[in-house]
Amino acid sequence: MSELNHRELGLSDEEVLEMYRYMLLARKIDERMWLLNRAGKIPFVISCQGQEAIQVGAAFALDREKDWLCPYYRDLGMVLAFGQTAKEQMLSAFAKAGDPNSGGRQMPGHYGDRRFRIFTGSSPVTTQVLHAVGIAYAGKLQQKEHVVLTTNGDGSSNQGDWHEACNFAGVHKLPVIFMVENNQYAISVPLKRQVAGGEIWKRGEGYGFPGIKVDGNNPLAVYQAVKEARERGINGEGPTLIEAVAYRLVPHSSDDDDRTYRTREEVEEAKKRDPMLLFKNYLVEKGILTEELNQKFNESIAREINEATEYAEKAPYPDPETTYEHVYA
Amino acid sequence: MPVISYIDAVTQALMEEMRRDSCVFVLGEDVGVRGGVFRATVGLYEEFGPDRVLDTPLTESAIVGVGIGAAAYGMRPVAEIQFADFILPAFNQIVSEAARIRYRSNGDWNVPMVIRAPYGGGVHGALYHSQSVEKLFTGVPGLKIVMPSTPYDVKGLLKAAIRDEDPVLFFEHKRCYRLIKGEVPVEDYTLPIGKADVKREGSDVTVITYGLMVHYALQAAEKLEKEGISTHVLDLRTLIPLDKEAVLEAVKKTGKVLIVHEDNKTGGFGGEVAALISEEAFLELDAPVQRLCGPDVPAMPYSPPLEKEFMLNPDKIADAIRELAEF
Amino acid sequence: MVTDILMPQLGESVTEGTISTWLKKPGDPVTKYEPICEVTTDKVNAEVPSTFDGTITELIAKEGETVEVGQLICRIEVSGEEAEEAKAETPVPSEVPKPAANEKDDSQKNRYSPAVLRLAQENDIDLTQLTGSGKGGRITRKDVLRAIEEGVGQSKAAQVTSAVIQEKPAEAEKDVKKEAVKPATDSGNVLENGDIEIPVSGVRRMIANRMVESKHEAPHAWTMMEVDVTGLVELRHRMKKDFQEREGVKLTFMPFFIKAVVDSLKEFPYLNSVWADDKIILKKRINISMAAATDDALYVPVIHDADEKNILGLAKSVQNLAEKTRAGKLEVSDMEGGTFTVNNTGSFGSIQSQPIINSPQAAILSFESIVKRPVVINDMIAVRDMMNICMSLDHRILDGLMAGKFLKRVKERLESYGPDTKF
Repeated sequence: MSELNHRELGLSDEEVLEMYRYMLLARKIDERMWLLNRAGKIPFVISCQGQEAIQVGAAFALDREKDWLCPYYRDLGMVLAFGQTAKEQMLSAFAKAGDPNSGGRQMPGHYGDRRFRIFTGSSPVTTQVLHAVGIAYAGKLQQKEHVVLTTNGDGSSNQGDWHEACNFAGVHKLPVIFMVENNQYAISVPLKRQVAGGEIWKRGEGYGFPGIKVDGNNPLAVYQAVKEARERGINGEGPTLIEAVAYRLVPHSSDDDDRTYRTREEVEEAKKRDPMLLFKNYLVEKGILTEELNQKFNESIAREINEATEYAEKAPYPDPETTYEHVYA
Repeated sequence: MPVISYIDAVTQALMEEMRRDSCVFVLGEDVGVRGGVFRATVGLYEEFGPDRVLDTPLTESAIVGVGIGAAAYGMRPVAEIQFADFILPAFNQIVSEAARIRYRSNGDWNVPMVIRAPYGGGVHGALYHSQSVEKLFTGVPGLKIVMPSTPYDVKGLLKAAIRDEDPVLFFEHKRCYRLIKGEVPVEDYTLPIGKADVKREGSDVTVITYGLMVHYALQAAEKLEKEGISTHVLDLRTLIPLDKEAVLEAVKKTGKVLIVHEDNKTGGFGGEVAALISEEAFLELDAPVQRLCGPDVPAMPYSPPLEKEFMLNPDKIADAIRELAEF
Repeated sequence: MVTDILMPQLGESVTEGTISTWLKKPGDPVTKYEPICEVTTDKVNAEVPSTFDGTITELIAKEGETVEVGQLICRIEVSGEEAEEAKAETPVPSEVPKPAANEKDDSQKNRYSPAVLRLAQENDIDLTQLTGSGKGGRITRKDVLRAIEEGVGQSKAAQVTSAVIQEKPAEAEKDVKKEAVKPATDSGNVLENGDIEIPVSGVRRMIANRMVESKHEAPHAWTMMEVDVTGLVELRHRMKKDFQEREGVKLTFMPFFIKAVVDSLKEFPYLNSVWADDKIILKKRINISMAAATDDALYVPVIHDADEKNILGLAKSVQNLAEKTRAGKLEVSDMEGGTFTVNNTGSFGSIQSQPIINSPQAAILSFESIVKRPVVINDMIAVRDMMNICMSLDHRILDGLMAGKFLKRVKERLESYGPDTKF
């Protein structure tokens, strides 16, 4: 891992342990969802695995009491760090009435939660990036001090809405952080066939604001980048584009089979740089995390997820009558 | 009551709403310094400044997408799409996002936003400055669609749209902008979205229409009166939610219904109105429900004789009414 | 307790999966979420985990076998407290209370749909005479079609239109010539050069509808007997000149046929009945419908109370109705109330036919051509006047035995005539 030291970034030992625990919680919830899918209990899973460092690192760099999120469908680690729980993830996975994102109306991964200023998302990609700009503009009109973080994948950084959003925010110097979670694949199509030049961060310059590239396997690197971007936003210096590079460790979704387009060797190689592993090593190295503590984390998380699964499985479905609600005010 | 033009009603409504509520702001192409290419936002920039009268980049999807974000945050954006023809780049933001944000979030979020767009032909606007696009949106629950015909309706309905908690598409007929004038009260008022209006009482044939066609239908009715044909004209004013009671009531007046719109016939909103009538007023009918609409060609051509052929007019409407009256 | 493990749905559009490898065998313990088998589907290859702690008791699907989603693949003996939960909970759909049976409601009786009005107009039906089967007593299109068929509610002028009807084909032909050749008809029949399309006239349509309905509703059975009418032929031959001079009416075979039928109907009232869905109505009156064709249509006028008439009376009735038919002067009362139909198919040379029942009657009898044929009588060959009589019967009302007995009595009656029989 890099030479970055959390204390130099202003993070306490407790905070980095908390970051680690959120990353682990995200990973374990994700793994459970796959099992539930394969057991035929939930219809669909879309994963965060391999991107936990980006999501939790970014969340910790924000003001989790004030800032806004327009996340995309892999940002499990981010929404957990902003306040959603394992139980709520399971309610969403089982499409139960208690799902805070949509009351069981949307597929899992379509986050949205007013309690935590997480704006609702959809499946057409990068629509949320324009919403982030709108939220930032509204905040500016109301003279509020906060930033909006919006994320998307490498593939969707090609969408028109993404470019329109970057341009709009650039023109009006809005406090938006555009973070591309580059996991190397847009379902089956690799980066080199998606992005001309291969460097998404360089697009920032074209829109008149800084673009930076960070190691998405290192939560501290992401933390640092987002922290600085937030400062710029708050200071009225406008948006920042961050390309955080990681690797999608699992298929695109429970409906995908990645063996059809990438080798096992490539995936195994990437697993050596699994952010969970790297961050754990870092914490152990710094003497913050012990094997016993790690064990304790794992056990408490397993318990939390077991309880969440059982709770959600038994929780009531939405009443069919409610199909007709919330079309209009 | 002062008499003002259709477009002045738009401007007045915006002006008064922006004064009333600081959350209301306008965004779009050329809406600021220029005051809009049709001058609908004239004077706003001077009074409210560049932040609340925002000249956006030339990006329709962004105009709507940014509006959605701002509306969800608590603002009341009024987005202008310069011509309804150019709304299609924003189609995804309107249909996938604005229309269903309340629904998909189980009521957690909503989008109190108005999207204004001038539509309609008869102005030598050719294919891409003449279209009626309402049929692309009438089948999208979650949207409200308002298409007023008179200055009074424009002002009352635009104010209601701005105060509405859901996304409203507010289509203004550009031919009406300076052609149609009418009395509008000075004091603040709103009109209910979802309520049609009887513009003329009659007993032989019922015309159901909206927008510019209301005026053409009234002219046709005037002419037919001399021939002894009495025409009832219902102005829908709001397509979605459709005022079903008013439609059924209007059917009962005569039992003979002519639906008129400029939008293409196939898939046009008239089909929906006709279906409603056959479902719920079948036994009131004295003649088959007729539709007089724009033809099923892609859009309005530029050359005057072609435009004339495409466009409806009072004579074409009168002919259709006469034929029904004789049935 | 033992619980069924089903093939999970692996993928949004996936409907089946193939077990590629079993990772467990019967007797193996499994923990919750531990993989038990590998499954290949169109979209993914995946390990399927157990959903319970327990022991595998039975592998149902074999390796390589393709199993539909939701079908049993193996069974697990569930251990511990989960055993209770493993009981499948099938949500019980809430019962929707059915609305109580409607009170008699006539509120829609006078509301006529466009289709009803058009049919009523075209067929001269007085709608106020019909009973509606629709909601609120509304008269439906079907109600009107039934009325047309049954001749109910026809206004007086209705049947006086055959003259007009006869003119129609001529007009239609003209139209067709004008229209030249159409590529294809609505029914998908391809027209070739020289083909002529004749629009279906109202009468033709009515006949068509009634025929279709009869064939569709009543299961037709068919039977035929040979009748030796040598005696009757001689009798008629001897009497006809005298009869016409005396009575002013032509003596045809028809009155004799009808008389034989009427007398036999009295013996077998089931043949003089009507099918009414939940009951069979034996008709007291014997009203004989008599098929009478014009060039373009078929009419079935009725000889009312035929059992009260002798040969002379019947002869007069037959002639009277035939004339009215040809002149297009049949009245509604002439067409109503038939209980049994006779059909003189022999008049145009037929020797065998399968008539369609004039529903809702029970049967129809056709009398074929009388032809001289060699017949064996008492082991000797004789030349006799022979006639086939053919009967179609509604098998819902009648069985072959009774029909046969009836037909035999008709035959006996006809054969009983001799050259000197008084009538």
